[in-house]
Amino acid sequence: MLTDITLGQFFPGESLIHKLDARIKILLTFVYMLITFICSNYFSLTITLCSVLFVIFLSKIPIKMYLKSMKMILFIILFTAIINFFSGNGEPIFQWGIFKITVDGINNSIFVSLRLTIIVLTSSILTFVTSPTDMADAIEHLMKPLSAFKINVHDIAMMMTIALRFVPTLLEEADKTMSAQKARGSDLESKNITKKAKALIPIFVPLFVSAFRRAYDLATAMECRCYKGGEGRTRMKILKIVPLDVFAVLFTLAIGIMVIISNTFYWRW
Amino acid sequence: MMTNFIETEDLKFKYSDDVNEKNVLDGISISIKKGEFLTVLGHNASGKSTLAKHFNVLLLPFGGKVFVNGIDTKNESELYEIRRMVGLVLQNPDNQIVASIVEEDVAFGPENLGVKPKEIRERVDEALKSVDMYEHRNSATYKLSGGQKQRLAIAGILAMKPECIVLDEPTAMLDPVGRREVLDTLIKLNHESGITVILITHYMDEAINSDRVIIMNEGSVLLSGKPREVFKEVELLKKYSLDVPQSTELIHRLKLKGCNLPEGILSTDECVQALEHLLEDNKCQY
Amino acid sequence: MPILEVKNLSFIYGVGTTFQKTAVDNINLSFEKGEFIGIIGHTGSGKSTFIKQLNGLLRPSSGEVLLNGENIWRNSKKIRDVRFKVGMVFQYPEYQLFADTVYKDIAFGPENMGLNSEEINKKVLAAVDFVGLSHEILEKSPFEISGGEKRRTAIAGVIAMDPEVLILDEPTAGLDPRGRELLLSQIKTYHSKRKNTVILVSHNMEDIAKTADKVVVLANGKAEMFDITREVFKNSESLERVGLKVPQITEIMEKLKNKGYDINPGILTVTEAENEILRILGEWGKC
Repeated sequence: MLTDITLGQFFPGESLIHKLDARIKILLTFVYMLITFICSNYFSLTITLCSVLFVIFLSKIPIKMYLKSMKMILFIILFTAIINFFSGNGEPIFQWGIFKITVDGINNSIFVSLRLTIIVLTSSILTFVTSPTDMADAIEHLMKPLSAFKINVHDIAMMMTIALRFVPTLLEEADKTMSAQKARGSDLESKNITKKAKALIPIFVPLFVSAFRRAYDLATAMECRCYKGGEGRTRMKILKIVPLDVFAVLFTLAIGIMVIISNTFYWRW
Repeated sequence: MMTNFIETEDLKFKYSDDVNEKNVLDGISISIKKGEFLTVLGHNASGKSTLAKHFNVLLLPFGGKVFVNGIDTKNESELYEIRRMVGLVLQNPDNQIVASIVEEDVAFGPENLGVKPKEIRERVDEALKSVDMYEHRNSATYKLSGGQKQRLAIAGILAMKPECIVLDEPTAMLDPVGRREVLDTLIKLNHESGITVILITHYMDEAINSDRVIIMNEGSVLLSGKPREVFKEVELLKKYSLDVPQSTELIHRLKLKGCNLPEGILSTDECVQALEHLLEDNKCQY
Repeated sequence: MPILEVKNLSFIYGVGTTFQKTAVDNINLSFEKGEFIGIIGHTGSGKSTFIKQLNGLLRPSSGEVLLNGENIWRNSKKIRDVRFKVGMVFQYPEYQLFADTVYKDIAFGPENMGLNSEEINKKVLAAVDFVGLSHEILEKSPFEISGGEKRRTAIAGVIAMDPEVLILDEPTAGLDPRGRELLLSQIKTYHSKRKNTVILVSHNMEDIAKTADKVVVLANGKAEMFDITREVFKNSESLERVGLKVPQITEIMEKLKNKGYDINPGILTVTEAENEILRILGEWGKC
């Protein structure tokens, strides 16, 4: 079912990771991705993976949820792993036609899949522990410099909040529409591509119509609640850097330094 | 003595300038008192939703005037003050929620008004408590039931500290449990906080607890009065295809058959009591 | 042989996850041809999951659905044929309209059945008549007609497949009293003319009391009761236990009966109640 999609879903909670400032969370996620990329041997990669697992543990969100989000892109990970598996340089340990397997290839494929896994996990942490509103708010802050280029940062952030808010609603709607058209014999299970494409029209049209109807209602509701753009608007939750945030930054820096050190000490085998 | 909070003077409205087009609102003059619980009944296209949209300046009159707390709604500088005083809850519970998290949605109104963060927090907590949703403050909005979503919408309005809440068929898409939740919340707000409630609905049984009922048809007010007085007019109500509660209908039919029964019966218990009296009066004298 | 039968039907969502939930729990029911069945149950009682299994939109976790005695999943490639025989009208069906004319939208089902255009035309017109739409709107866009007309167009789209069983999920939700009354009487007329099986899911006990021959009471995924309507509504206490009420008129008459008056139990309509009161008054008038 469509509504099973977990990627980008927020799980409300009170954990230490939840409490971090959203801006810090976004920045540190990027730093983590960077760290993952500079890892050049198994030792540094293990350090990164362990620290990510530690953060997952701190987030108090069942590991199952993370695995579920992994499932979504398992295919991509496998695909890149296989490509790397057969495209290593050096002495082949097994060769069959154009396919050759080398130590280098095996290493590469393990390395790439581990890297991707870590990246997926870090981004999952970010979306799992940050409410969409906080996220939009933080992005608004982080993009502040852009308003120098006459870009209305508030509007972009507001649109993001609303978009994220309506994702589950529209997914549910799509699910219902699909059921309803299937009930009228719509051939969605068809193997025939043209038939399948044709069967999509009765789903897309109602979905669009409904999105417009909802947009109209929502605009009215926002007007009713005195929305008049970003000017003069305050926020209930003020983003504030607290000692916990400083701790998180230092923790990440420490991991980064450990990775750099182990990169130089341990050669990749 | 209650003062008038909303007044309309010969209010006329239509959606286009075309002279041939009929008025959606055709000369409505009503006044709604501060603290009143008013129910507006009418079938679809009777103009009741259009009327509601005039109360918080989503629409401006084509002819006549609308006053909110003494302010003419055509006065542009007071637009946001009027919208703050008169909150509007819409029919579809899904389409009026802005944020993904309950408390963040409630905060949307006061944030727009530029209220200080600390006070927003207080208002949000208070509003959520008064609709009995405080324990859901951190929940995801899309996971709420229909009744909870409508109560959240009410809380979002309450956080703006309004004088009046207008609800445009808030229960039409709810199941009986959700309907009950929303109605109980409204009655509580009206009684305990003295908030003026204008409930637009086509369920007649929702009008039982109101101070006054207005019945609209074709853009004008057909009947207005206390629920009991209005519900006496069973024939008229049926003629305009409003649904009459079964209790009212039964008493009405028996009266037509010559039974001696009181008029304007609304609730189940009232009906049982009236029937009991009828049966006792006619019991055999052994 | 019953037209539709479910045996040990269960449906479990999210098996093996933290969200695992039994939505339908070992239901056994059978519906005969020509019956008008009401299904009642509060939100979350498993109603939608249950009915979605009747036309193969969901595959049961265990148990089976028999249509004319045959398991609908025996050949899963033929599941579309089942959906033509068990028509389903969802809640707010007007949100599923998509074609550029009302006619084309109603013809969508029959077209998918692979009928020729003459047959399609016949079925569309018959369906349009059943739901009381005027032929003039057939060429209009389904997005420019009134809300009530949209609803009836959507229902006609399912009736046009000429199903043996017609399932309607809250068909009157959100309509005003006039529209509700009209649609309900059209469904009743359809049922009495077509003489097929109609299954009506509703929160409105008055509507169920007015239309259904038999009622299924669902609670926590189980079929708590299945009996003729009058018998079901005699049990106001057990209904209340699962969060449901009897129709107001039934409640009034039951309260009177409990006060010691000689009233027949299970009154379903205002007319029945009126006659009952007049009967008692008449009997007493004789002495």
